[in-house]
Amino acid sequence: MADKRTTADDVAAELKDGMTIGIGGWGSRRKPMALVRAILRTPVKDLTVVSYGGPDVGLLCAAGKVKRVVFGFVTLDSIPYDPWFGRARETGAIEVTEYDEGMFGTALSAAMQRLPFLPTRAGLGSEVMRANPHLRTVRSPYDDGEELVAVPAQHLDVALVHLNRADARGNAQYLGPDPYFDELFGLAAERCFVSVEKVVETAELTAGGPVQSLLLTRGAVDGVVEAPRGAHFTTAVPDYGRDERFQRHYAACAKDLDAWPGFVDRFLSGDDRQYLSEVDKFEAEAA
Amino acid sequence: MSATRAEIAVVAVAELFRGDGEIVASPMGLIPQLGAKLARLTFEPDLLMSDGEAYLMTTDGVVEGWQPFRKMLDTIVPHGRRHVVMGANQIDRYGNQNISAIGDHARPKKQLLGVRGAPGNTLNHRTSYWVPRHSSRVFVDAVDVVSGVGYDNAAKAGPSAQKYHDVHRVVSNLGVFDFGGPDHAMRAVSLHPGVTRDEVTAATAFAVDLSTVEKSREPTAEELRLIREVLDPKSLRDKEVPA
Repeated sequence: MADKRTTADDVAAELKDGMTIGIGGWGSRRKPMALVRAILRTPVKDLTVVSYGGPDVGLLCAAGKVKRVVFGFVTLDSIPYDPWFGRARETGAIEVTEYDEGMFGTALSAAMQRLPFLPTRAGLGSEVMRANPHLRTVRSPYDDGEELVAVPAQHLDVALVHLNRADARGNAQYLGPDPYFDELFGLAAERCFVSVEKVVETAELTAGGPVQSLLLTRGAVDGVVEAPRGAHFTTAVPDYGRDERFQRHYAACAKDLDAWPGFVDRFLSGDDRQYLSEVDKFEAEAA
Repeated sequence: MSATRAEIAVVAVAELFRGDGEIVASPMGLIPQLGAKLARLTFEPDLLMSDGEAYLMTTDGVVEGWQPFRKMLDTIVPHGRRHVVMGANQIDRYGNQNISAIGDHARPKKQLLGVRGAPGNTLNHRTSYWVPRHSSRVFVDAVDVVSGVGYDNAAKAGPSAQKYHDVHRVVSNLGVFDFGGPDHAMRAVSLHPGVTRDEVTAATAFAVDLSTVEKSREPTAEELRLIREVLDPKSLRDKEVPA
């Protein structure tokens, strides 16, 4: 019986230059931040990052890991704009493929279903079509004859998602109110790695939540990382909410190029144990 | 007890939902949320309202439905029984809206949120906009990045883009506007009490038709009570729209 437990650093070591990486969650919600920080510690570069973007996109841009971002938005939710994503766009450091939020899901759905494209109405008449001149339309073969956008499948080399619980075999569960698009990310990818707050016995999964909360089955999961507070500073309800104070600190340092190296030194230069220990100290200073 | 400008705006947003019935109201931002809730508490009791997360909630705070983001985008938006009130960093005379970036999309002067759901919203169901500070920087001649699709771009994109396209109205701190002018150009429906035509003209980069403008409706005593005592007792509305 496969035991798929691994570490964040081992997952990050799987990434190669130029890969297309899907990152689950939504804005500043249930982002696999421990896995993202592990990527920051590797030499990997030229990534295409596919994300309903939050600080995952900002941190990867800050570290110069990103060649292209495929996105519908990048936001920290309670803070509208991520400063590093803004800087990367405004300095021309990255390329982008910008989608409507729904088109983005359509692109993942097409990849999941191994279809070359799926049709949608969204995007017609908007900048999405102008800024992505490779996008094609398709005409309905039925009597309506409608001309719709053919959203190309967004294939992923690797998907990284953070859920609340999993067993060692990769059955993974969310316990908050919203699964976001994590299932699509997982199934659109060659390989899917899941970090969770806690690895539990299989029987504990259905003891802890309804069977519908088992979002990913082990057949779709290649590695499980136990990463307590692994979504910090984004939300992972019900285990914890967003660390708003820390997020404000991140955004303030990201805005100020003089302050940023201090943030990197303190929070991002060591391993995850050190990160969480510094976060604890940061919280204690405020108390 | 006269109403503040913020309260006039809340009532104007509430009026956007008049006649909508049993659809999903998706108000983005404080004044739109207050307006939608006011509509539901008064003349549109059947509106479905999200808590901003995955739940649909009654006015008493009871969960009456599950609407996570994926369900919203896969089924609620294309199904069409929804009326969204979005913000706009820029909006033009034909109702094109921009929340993506200022400047050239390839290398923006200022990166904003991204187009978010605006392209899909505008092609699938009724869409209105809320602008708290009406100025010629927001009401522009042409938006830099078309996020929400206006009437001219929907027409250029063809019948599939126009089939369910319904950009309804814009509410600002100065007045209420629709797209009933020639070629669906923006037209003033009403100006809020105390607002002059000259003020609107000066704050709008394009010529807006003011020929049939009325005065925006004042809240009733009951509406004022609901806004002040039930919906926004901390007066957060005054921060968004100063008196």
